Amino acid sequence: MSTQRVVVDPITRIEGHLRIEAMLDERGVIKDAMSTGTMWRGIEIILQGRDPRDAWAFTERICGVCTTVHALASVRAVENALGIKVPDNAEIIRNIMFLTQYVQDHVIHFYHLHALDWVDVVSALKADPAATAALAQKVSPSWPLSSTGYFSDVASTLKKFVESGQLGLFQNAYWGHPAYKLPPEANLMAVAHYLEALRWQKEIIKIHTIFGGKNPHPNYVVGGMPCAIDLNSDNAINIERLNLIRDLINNAITIIEQLYLPDLLTIASFYLDWAGIGAGLGNYMSYGDVPQNGIGDPSKFRFPRGIILNKNLAEVLPVDPTDGQQIAEEIAHSWYDYPDGKAALHPFDGVTQPHYTGPKPPYENLDENGKYSWVKAPRWKGNAMEVGPLARVLIGYASGRPDFKEVVTEALGRLNAPPAALFSTLGRTAARGLESRLAVYWLKEEYEHLVANLRAGINVTADTSKWDPETWPAEAKGCGFTEAPRGSLGHWVHIKNGKIADYQVVVPSTWNASPKDGKGQHGAYEAALLGTPMADPKQPVEILRTIHSFDPCLACATHVLGPDGRTLATVKVR
Amino acid sequence: MEKALARLTTYELLQAHGVDRRSFLKFCSMMAAAMGLEATAVGKVVEALEKKPRIPVIWLHGLECTCCSESFIRSSHPIAQDVVLNMISLDYDDTLQAAAGFQVEEIRKRIMKEYPGEYILAVEGNAPTKDGGVYCTVGGQTFLDILRETAEHAKVVVAWGSCASNGCVQAAHPNPTGAMPVHKLIHGKPVINVPGCPPIGEVMTGVITYILTFGRLPELDRIGRPKMFYGQRLHDKCYRRSFFDAGQFVEAWDDEGARKGWCLYKMGCRGPSTYNSCATFKWNNGVSWPIGSGHGCIGCSEANFWDNGPFYQRLSAVPLPGVESTPDQIGKVAAIAAGVGVAAHFGSFLVRRALDKNKAGGERQSSGEHE
Repeated sequence: MSTQRVVVDPITRIEGHLRIEAMLDERGVIKDAMSTGTMWRGIEIILQGRDPRDAWAFTERICGVCTTVHALASVRAVENALGIKVPDNAEIIRNIMFLTQYVQDHVIHFYHLHALDWVDVVSALKADPAATAALAQKVSPSWPLSSTGYFSDVASTLKKFVESGQLGLFQNAYWGHPAYKLPPEANLMAVAHYLEALRWQKEIIKIHTIFGGKNPHPNYVVGGMPCAIDLNSDNAINIERLNLIRDLINNAITIIEQLYLPDLLTIASFYLDWAGIGAGLGNYMSYGDVPQNGIGDPSKFRFPRGIILNKNLAEVLPVDPTDGQQIAEEIAHSWYDYPDGKAALHPFDGVTQPHYTGPKPPYENLDENGKYSWVKAPRWKGNAMEVGPLARVLIGYASGRPDFKEVVTEALGRLNAPPAALFSTLGRTAARGLESRLAVYWLKEEYEHLVANLRAGINVTADTSKWDPETWPAEAKGCGFTEAPRGSLGHWVHIKNGKIADYQVVVPSTWNASPKDGKGQHGAYEAALLGTPMADPKQPVEILRTIHSFDPCLACATHVLGPDGRTLATVKVR
Repeated sequence: MEKALARLTTYELLQAHGVDRRSFLKFCSMMAAAMGLEATAVGKVVEALEKKPRIPVIWLHGLECTCCSESFIRSSHPIAQDVVLNMISLDYDDTLQAAAGFQVEEIRKRIMKEYPGEYILAVEGNAPTKDGGVYCTVGGQTFLDILRETAEHAKVVVAWGSCASNGCVQAAHPNPTGAMPVHKLIHGKPVINVPGCPPIGEVMTGVITYILTFGRLPELDRIGRPKMFYGQRLHDKCYRRSFFDAGQFVEAWDDEGARKGWCLYKMGCRGPSTYNSCATFKWNNGVSWPIGSGHGCIGCSEANFWDNGPFYQRLSAVPLPGVESTPDQIGKVAAIAAGVGVAAHFGSFLVRRALDKNKAGGERQSSGEHE
């Protein structure tokens, strides 16, 4: 039997270190795949013995791309353990930072990490600037930068760059591959917008700087937010800061509506065959987020909570990350040991010991029948799950939420595609754009909510009644969760005598990038690659398309045991 | 040589972008200002960008979180696009690279071969050294090997951020992977440490453009940091310093002092022991910085800052100046505070940890005597 093995390592344009090995059948179709996290850092074990009020800063460094999401999950975990309910303004400010992260991160993913899988930069050289301008004006009539002159400038920039002979980031890629289907004009438009988006992403993120002092890695505080509000002070959140935020949000709406979505739909219209590729597991999960009545009331989340199994949109099942029995992590194919040969452990009980059994580097191949990744295999009631934008959009849609229905129906109508098209690589990429559209308007609503509070004289940003460790119980356990841009994120903390006894993190990319479990069920990346035909195994653009559609973040994903063999902790593979 | 001539200079590329000479000169002035140069140096910037071909840069990622790359693309002057397209040739960077897999490793090997002694090696993250380096591999090769191999023929190594400079979070106690910063692994090569978690975007582009502009490395301090960005203590440049001197402190989140922007020393601010330019450049094009948004500095550019915690415990029990203090007393206290800063600088966290053991929050109890 002829089997060809394709290795892509490093997978570039992601966060972290990921390796994919795909086994092709004689027709060049992927029949088996291995997803390998090739980095492990051990953050959770580093957290042991520390002040739980510091944990947000450590865990925030799990990832600088999805910065803030771990900090948010961490302060929520500690607040949950200590019974702290943060003031309304702090919740709103957190929501504003959360939604800002969504909009910024999704735009960066689309243009700077994913677009080059669909856009042929070299083909753009052949574009006619006038025809490009006509295309741009047609797909986004209100976007101002769409003149022939503008595209002539971009084209000449590109030409000079290519002629310099130093192609930098763009060398050795798959340009000219038959899988690239955009006409030159669409390619040129996308290249121009790659640059526009690069300029814009540093603007929108200033919202983090205003509230958190810097980005990446803005500051959080257990019990609220560190930025005080005082409309009579030049040293706190005041009208000047609010005006800047408002302008940045309005600008973001323009970018989403006039740049991101038109580009997304234009590009998608040339790749509708990818609506039939890359479906993967068909199981989706969301913890839900953006609370409207406190984090304790999931029924009022803007992103609804739920589970969909086997692509069944007729039923949304309940999920509860704080329930110790629903989630467990397996290590059948991960480089760890569990005590007593156990197969799966819930995060609150988890014990892990790193134990590398792979080949000695440098190596050519890993063994799909043995252990092959630093990522563990989390499972919900034994099921492998996909998390992220597609999961959230499907759960919102299947829950009957009118806002989700509206954006989904409109996009499917524009592409003349049925709802089943969402179960695909293209659907995953489209869902990210659709939820960005929801997120940017929610962002504006959250801002208006904050202003309404201030108008009513409510300006409290922190509850410090339990700041002092003297007020804490001797022992407490808590769970903090969030829906990070890449999916469901949970932090579990165990506090003893004012210090962290154990800390565990189960990250979105742990779910999606997971290797097989004990029953041989593939993780989401692996499952999505199965059945994909490859035109040229030496230029594996098909693998990149599907893997990038998940927006991998490998800085997030594994578990560790302390050197004394006692403690448990979850660790980031990155 | 022919290859070098075939490469376009920054000015040629800017011209190709439709940038006129007047705008180009303005850009050079801003660059010079950003680097803290005098007006007379603008000519040098102009000359450098007009005549120099783009230097190849290999940007490696080890154990890290990519926050340095994110910060780099937030730089406002110059913007990342100009750096990447016009000033350097960013030939290898797994975060942004179009190619993947063996094609990308091919690029790294080609640059090493074709530009020996010419390329800049930028390193984000650090290398795990335990267990043969298996905790970070790329293309089946350990990051430790890749780092050593790529550094061998580099002109200079730039260690981005606290991971590459100091070890940062994965090297915090107990350092499960044996993570080590670049300067402990690479010898006989100039290494520029650009610490911070992450460093400020304009600091990152400033370091690169300084090298391109002047054809030499910036002046470094004794631990390899550019003096132009890490020469001053935050506490000495902090706009809230007057409140410290006046004895006006934030005592709790969201209290009156927090709303008025008083000093955050009692909330654990590490400004007195941190050397960085946050107080002068601020973050994200000058919008704010940690202290400006009401949270103390956590000292993220200092070695071992993760083990110098807890973050909300004030630096030490040195008496503070109060409104009742005489100028003499204030001067004395300032000298002691400076001493604390320097001590922390030398890694006194072990001593402090021992002192602080079992008394989280204990500092607060003794705060009454300072008022």
